[in-house]
Amino acid sequence: MEKVIEAVDMTKKFGSFVANDSLTFNVGRGEIFGLLGANGAGKTTAIRIMCGLLRPTSGKITVAGMNVYRQAERIKRRIGYMSQSFSLYEDLTILENIRFYGGIYGLPERVIRRKSQELAEKLDFWRIRNSLIGSLPPGWKQKLSFSIAVMHRPDIVFLDEPTSGVDPDTRRQFWDLIYETAAEGITVFVTTHYMDEAEYCERVCIMADGRIEATGSPADLKELYGAGSIDDVFVKIARPPRG
Amino acid sequence: MEDVAVKAEGISKAYNGHRVLENISFQIEKGEVFGFIGPDGAGKTTLFRILSSLILPEKGEAFVYGLNVVDKYRDVRNITGYVAERFSLYRDLTVEENIRFFATVFGTTLSENYDLIKDVYRNLEPFKNRRAGRLSGGMKQKLALCCALIHRPQILLLDESTTGVDAVSRREFWEMLHKLKAGGMTIALTTSYMDEAAKCDRVALLYNGRIMKTGSPDGIADSFGLDLIQVRSQRLYAVKKELEKLPSAPSVSLFGDSVHVISGEKGLSLEDIEGFLKKRGFEDTQVERSRPGIEDCFLALSRGYKKKGTDGEGY
Repeated sequence: MEKVIEAVDMTKKFGSFVANDSLTFNVGRGEIFGLLGANGAGKTTAIRIMCGLLRPTSGKITVAGMNVYRQAERIKRRIGYMSQSFSLYEDLTILENIRFYGGIYGLPERVIRRKSQELAEKLDFWRIRNSLIGSLPPGWKQKLSFSIAVMHRPDIVFLDEPTSGVDPDTRRQFWDLIYETAAEGITVFVTTHYMDEAEYCERVCIMADGRIEATGSPADLKELYGAGSIDDVFVKIARPPRG
Repeated sequence: MEDVAVKAEGISKAYNGHRVLENISFQIEKGEVFGFIGPDGAGKTTLFRILSSLILPEKGEAFVYGLNVVDKYRDVRNITGYVAERFSLYRDLTVEENIRFFATVFGTTLSENYDLIKDVYRNLEPFKNRRAGRLSGGMKQKLALCCALIHRPQILLLDESTTGVDAVSRREFWEMLHKLKAGGMTIALTTSYMDEAAKCDRVALLYNGRIMKTGSPDGIADSFGLDLIQVRSQRLYAVKKELEKLPSAPSVSLFGDSVHVISGEKGLSLEDIEGFLKKRGFEDTQVERSRPGIEDCFLALSRGYKKKGTDGEGY
């Protein structure tokens, strides 16, 4: 399988604190890859490095074939990112948000118009295209935020706790979107605190105290740890730091 | 009435014409762990602000230990420990200063009620001189709990205390709550994690400002009344997509490592589903009947609400 992320001994230190300790892993094209870990385990640091936002202390890391030390700016154009706060502009309308992000990603005006049409049909929001984002229910913002994050057809989309607080039905609709996107060849890299969602990933990686403790398919990890669910695996591995 | 900790009757509230709570009624017994389960936007926080006397209901009445939350708000506050959804302690004060501050406000001292918070505070004590703003998420949550407990309240109101908290820390938090319950405290809480319902004595399922159902987790599951079939496979998503083509299955949902199928009025046998999947090349499936959980119930009820057009989202 073609590798979209390759990390060898990825390390990040903040002073004497080691946030990422020699992480080695890779993620394939079109794969749905889950990163799990307790609060403070080092997930956000790892994601920031892969997004080209944070320079690692050492290690060899390529994202979409590009080097995170020398090509951070080019990496930013080849990835999509969605945070738990959805990062849409509340005071702009749906269409304005799409145009804004399309512009940031360097899409030509005509492509942005076509994408707006496509998105409107897919998410069924043409009727409310001129509504302010702030007036939309959380489930809508979430789907829109995701669709905007992959509008420029990135190689990878990073989702940082994308489903916190969303109702069970909308959470499932969101995973349908994730599967469709991965099937189109876009790699999905996701962090979540919902252990049932970890089961939906093709492979998961579990971090504790800055290190990778386990990587594998949910089925393999359950067998390896003699656990009935990923939740049980997680509790066995992830001892949260006392501090 | 002596056993009632909270009683709410017909509470409604709207902001700027947007209905947030619609005719909410419930009763919480003393010593109970009672959970309001629902997604963001369901009205959980508004409800807890009313119960803790921070905002006024538009319609309806609420009583905490027999005290009206509007007329007797001072007394309500003395017997209530409230942890807000957002971290609302003093970031520039240290851990210990925060606790002492809240103790003083309620006319008590840290040493007087130390035994009540010691289980929680023990983890925090090594950091007692650290400013609250510099604590990790899990530590902030523990400090907020200490500050809410320091005046030895009769009832704890915890709003979204476990949101964004990892699975291990959530387990620890629940162990602490059950210790407090064992000491006789009433605990009312809100959460969007469906799996936490099982840890409550009773729950209310909240959606778009309404209570869809109230009862014990087992009682709600028993009243589900629909046939639930669980399908496991190595190719779970493909199986789910295939099952959606079943003519008589009104609901097919992913649930972790399995797919849940709720069959319609005609009913589906295990053999029907097995045969259907086999014909389409899925050989490795395990199909069995299963007991519904709270999340199954929530899904079924909330989809019903959407269909009936009572969905307040209006899109």
